[in-house]
Amino acid sequence: MSAATVRRVEWIAVAVIAFALIVLVPLLHANGVIGNFWISVFGKWLCYALLAISVDLLWGYTGLLSLGQALFFTLGGYMHGMYLMRMIGDLGQYKKPIPDFLVFLGWERLPAFWEPFSSFPFALTMVFLVPGIISYLFGFLAFRSRIKGVYFSILTQALTYAASIMFFRNNLLLGGNNGFTDFKFILGYKLNEPGTIRGLYIATAVTLLLVFLFCRWLSKTKFGLVQQAIRDGENRVLFSGYATAHFKLFIFVVAALIAAVGGALYTPQVGIINPGEMQADKSLEAVVWVAVGGRGTLLGPIVGAIGINGLKSWATTAYPDLWLIILGGLFILVVLFLPGGIVSIPARLKTLAQKLRAKPEAPAPAKP
Amino acid sequence: MNNKLVSLLSAGALALGASLGTARAAETVKVGVLHSLSGTMAISETSLRDILLFTFDEINAKGGVLGKKIEPVVVDGASNWPLFAEKAKQLLEQDKVAVTFGCWTSVSRKSVLPVFEKNNGLLFYPVQYEGEEESQNVAYTAEAVNQQATPAVDYYLAEGKKKFYLLGSDYVYPQTTNLVLLEYLLSKGVKLENIGGGFRKDGSGKIISAGKYTPFGHTDYQQIVAEIKQFAASGDACVISTLNGDTNVPFFKEYAASGLTAETCPVVSFSISEDEFRGLPAKQLVGQLGCWTYFQSIDTPANKKFVADFQAWLKKSNVPGLVKEGRVTCSPMVLSYVGVYLWKAAVEKAGSFDVDKVRAAYKSGISFDGPGGKVTTQKNMHVTKNVYIGETKADGQFKIVKSFNNVYGEPWLKGKFK
Repeated sequence: MSAATVRRVEWIAVAVIAFALIVLVPLLHANGVIGNFWISVFGKWLCYALLAISVDLLWGYTGLLSLGQALFFTLGGYMHGMYLMRMIGDLGQYKKPIPDFLVFLGWERLPAFWEPFSSFPFALTMVFLVPGIISYLFGFLAFRSRIKGVYFSILTQALTYAASIMFFRNNLLLGGNNGFTDFKFILGYKLNEPGTIRGLYIATAVTLLLVFLFCRWLSKTKFGLVQQAIRDGENRVLFSGYATAHFKLFIFVVAALIAAVGGALYTPQVGIINPGEMQADKSLEAVVWVAVGGRGTLLGPIVGAIGINGLKSWATTAYPDLWLIILGGLFILVVLFLPGGIVSIPARLKTLAQKLRAKPEAPAPAKP
Repeated sequence: MNNKLVSLLSAGALALGASLGTARAAETVKVGVLHSLSGTMAISETSLRDILLFTFDEINAKGGVLGKKIEPVVVDGASNWPLFAEKAKQLLEQDKVAVTFGCWTSVSRKSVLPVFEKNNGLLFYPVQYEGEEESQNVAYTAEAVNQQATPAVDYYLAEGKKKFYLLGSDYVYPQTTNLVLLEYLLSKGVKLENIGGGFRKDGSGKIISAGKYTPFGHTDYQQIVAEIKQFAASGDACVISTLNGDTNVPFFKEYAASGLTAETCPVVSFSISEDEFRGLPAKQLVGQLGCWTYFQSIDTPANKKFVADFQAWLKKSNVPGLVKEGRVTCSPMVLSYVGVYLWKAAVEKAGSFDVDKVRAAYKSGISFDGPGGKVTTQKNMHVTKNVYIGETKADGQFKIVKSFNNVYGEPWLKGKFK
């Protein structure tokens, strides 16, 4: 197959998957074939796929193993969650006009920083702004000091750990350990209506497609090539006259924004956001999705995130005692025997088939 | 190898497909079990799954509920709160369970609450909690604050204690409990300066948080224990601890190391039961107090039979992953057990599994003689039950030193004590 055919096959695959996710699933849901439960679970997996893409953009494409992407995911979720909390109005447990956890902390009026979150456009801006600024500052300091490799991983892990401790504190006034939950409305629509659930799902699927196309486009541009060159040999790129720190900073912020959008879509579909989501293991989990799906590809993280979370959803019901072993076993198998991840299976099968076909044709060693 | 992996994956996919279309028998009633069987909460919650399965077997052996055998649907919340919401949705929307028994932490309950309210499900919640909640879709067999914390204060007051130090992990349950305790102590004539741990006030000077809080997994208690030692120098002080889980180990180690004892300054803990002592060294806690609605050491024929039956069930059961050695019974386990029987009684009274009818029957006041004594359901979805205070022994059991009979469960306590 020529490169052009491969590309055409790939595009057809993307188009088919996109059609199935964006058109077919919602249609089936509207006709009652897929229940509310499954469509919201699908929606959740697609949000995780966004997180996985953000990890892969850094790890697979730039060689920066960030173990803190869940922080930006959760921050996006919190910013949107604050808007959703305001939309509960006085329908909470205490029937007060401020969020329940503020009542239990003894507040009678809304703290000033909560006020603007009643506006959806403001919350949406914050979904981008807060993770964007934090990733910019962190990235600026880290890349300027030329922090690389394992040190970068450790620092990102520490960042998300520190943030989770901060968010666990009740006096941050962001819900402490419980976080935000019991959402009722979004933009005036009831969150538990099938139509709203479907709308959120479609929004997630379309976002995922757009992010996928954007990343694909980016990886083909000159910027994308420099980015991959940084992964393969940063010093060479540096000595060729490129300010690698700027490139890395840009991609770090872009990845953070993608994760944040994922988080913002995640909160209303799952119905809860709390600091548990930014604990260290969540970011590690995302890295595992990418590894299993296939890093350095754009389809890989999506396949990994959906596949592993699907397995998790199923195994926590079917084998509640064994699912950790199933999951752990799968990771070990993939790392040992399939370093390219799930998406490398077709290519591997092809080489295998070629090998098998080639064998009988191998000429017998000539006798002297 | 690759082919093997592919076949493994496709086998997984097939199994996934098979599990989606589970066949259902006509003569059973599906009941959900929603606890964490993995992750940080697994150590506590797995015991609740075990006792629930035991209870179902016990009921099924006697003919089931309304002639139908209980068919448990066990799912793993994996100590992951969003997953709890997903699993709750699955139990209610896919499996269409008649009732669910589950949750331990308040955050997991809060996470599934909207799901139960939307689908009009029924959740039995068995673990002591902060109150301030009264959902029509949750049967709180759990201890309310006035069934654990305020009786403990009454006991201390009767013992002649005058100073109270409040200490807890930083989350909803300790924060709310301590605010209620603050009001309760003041109403009993304890002076504000005799309540330790510190206060936080809002702009107008109103106290919005009482007591000392440490994060989950905190290990350094040197400073806090030093503060308690100073506070307890007068000899009439005690500590009320709502510390959770692992943090109790470093706290009590430090406490013992500083020379404080149960005689000089006793600690009452609301989160340590017999089951926690399977993972906690009991030595440093000897003489310290626990307060629950059940202790394994309760000396009644009903409790002895319950403990023996559970042990016998453990021996012959073949539930995968079941720990059979060194098992004990504790208050959350018994409240789970009692919850199943209260649900059964409500179903039988209603003559139906319909949630609205079961709820109406439940609210009408049903009694069950459990291992911890009689429990009676109330209009507000809570239950009236006995409360016991026990002293920790070296073997991780409690010696009961005081009991309060038929305490009414009251979830709304803030502002009650003036």
